[in-house]
Amino acid sequence: MIDQLKRACAIAKKDIRIYYMKGPVVIFGILFPVFLFLAFVIGRDLTVDFLIAGLLSMTIFFTSMSITPVIAPTETQTRNLERLAAAPVSITAILLGDMLASVLFGVGISLVPIMVGMAIGVTVEHPFILAAGIVLAAFCFSAMGLIFSSTPTSMTSTVMMISTMVKFPLVFISGIFIPVGELPQWGQMLALVSPLTYITDLCRYSFQGTNYYSILVDATALMIFFVIFMTVAIKLHGRSLPKRL
Amino acid sequence: MGLKTMKTVINVERLTKDYNGLTAVDHISFEVEEGKIFGFLGPNGAGKTTTVRILTGLIKPTSGRVSIMGFNLRSEPIKAKQIIGVVPELSNAYNELSAWNNLQFMADLYGVPKNHAKNRAKELLNKFNLYDRKDHKVKTFSKGMKQKLIFAMSLMNDPEILFLDEPTSGLDVISARLIKDMVLELNKEGKTIFLTTHYMEEANQLCSRVAIINHGKIAAIDAPEKLKMRIAGLKWVEVSFDMPVDASDLLDLSGVIDVRMSGDKLRLYTNEPGRTIYQLVDYSRSNNLEIVMLNTLAPTLEDVFIKLIEEKG
Repeated sequence: MIDQLKRACAIAKKDIRIYYMKGPVVIFGILFPVFLFLAFVIGRDLTVDFLIAGLLSMTIFFTSMSITPVIAPTETQTRNLERLAAAPVSITAILLGDMLASVLFGVGISLVPIMVGMAIGVTVEHPFILAAGIVLAAFCFSAMGLIFSSTPTSMTSTVMMISTMVKFPLVFISGIFIPVGELPQWGQMLALVSPLTYITDLCRYSFQGTNYYSILVDATALMIFFVIFMTVAIKLHGRSLPKRL
Repeated sequence: MGLKTMKTVINVERLTKDYNGLTAVDHISFEVEEGKIFGFLGPNGAGKTTTVRILTGLIKPTSGRVSIMGFNLRSEPIKAKQIIGVVPELSNAYNELSAWNNLQFMADLYGVPKNHAKNRAKELLNKFNLYDRKDHKVKTFSKGMKQKLIFAMSLMNDPEILFLDEPTSGLDVISARLIKDMVLELNKEGKTIFLTTHYMEEANQLCSRVAIINHGKIAAIDAPEKLKMRIAGLKWVEVSFDMPVDASDLLDLSGVIDVRMSGDKLRLYTNEPGRTIYQLVDYSRSNNLEIVMLNTLAPTLEDVFIKLIEEKG
């Protein structure tokens, strides 16, 4: 168990060295959410702390989900996956390593909107809750990215296209641009099934002190989503790995 | 003084792999003894790569059992993989990492202690003449350098068994020679080598035992010299004249079974090579031809391979 964890850390270290500055990661993880955010907020009369909370949750969402979908198809194409599969490392350890690299990327980049917010006078009312929420959400979204990367393909663009098709609608139903309370009834129902809703709510609470769900509900929901995503990812990768070798 | 009992380190029992109704590997069984170089030969699509992939734990068999040094590959894959090294057919070092970082990553994956890993990496880079390029990214390496690095990566955990899938394929003569020398050196150190190759001469030079797989089944398994003896009755005489001759004329010589062109030479298959030589000399005299080259040949491993593949269809 400890051995496998150490090996997962080695995989994470390798991922950090190779994938952090890859084109698809920078485009889909950093540039894409920034432009999407700007497109929706420019010209709208919204408070700064509301916007920063939304930008932060979107940043965690996109950055944490930008690494994991890139690794598996890239390593399928370069045949590095064969090297990993022949090593004494379980599929869970490989996925854990990829997820750790993704979590660190998500957490690291999410500091940018926080610092931007603080620079323009936004205060973090609940820093510990925010920190815990960011880490929890980064794990949750990284695991979600692993589900997309289980597609047995060597084409990164295919995986990115599938993940974008899911990510886009989630952004609109998760209270980033319109608070959940102001969504129509069907929108509120949909918001319940989006993990992004809960981290957005946690961020709002951390910055503005206002929340739609209780903090405990937000944290529990993120944990439940994480467990579901990770379990599904391990199963799907177990099935797709031999097809990719 | 009794005979030394050899320990079986790879045991394959009734191994089968089906892909959507197509049987790639069909109930094959064999054993590999400790400290031997075992060659696994076969034409493209015979089930060679599938077998190697199963033995290295990359894919699961449909049925059958594989044990590596007593570890059942199905129930204890991590333990089995821990004691093997793999050189896959296609290059797969991380291009974005340096040679050094690739080796250290391997060490981490196999749980090699840090200090030992550094010494081992230095030793292997020196052995493969790559130490000067240790900090260069692999994407700047030539094919030969990459292959040497992959070989070095497979040795980072000091494996008991080494699986080599076409290790010299596409390499220049010098790199191929280095790899072959390394295989022999590792074998001298007591390591068991499972070698897959298309090069019959390579298998002949290196292997103490070879298995020939065709249509997913083992067509033959034995020491190369014993396999050659199977078709020892048939020999051939190679001859080259100073002028072109009609091959059908030579087919009329007694004892000659078949005549085939081999470059600028004619190969006469015969079961009486001595008699055939006399007749060739008479033929050259009567036709005013000069014999440029005359040679008798014994069957090679390649001949055995081709005969077996042709026989089994």
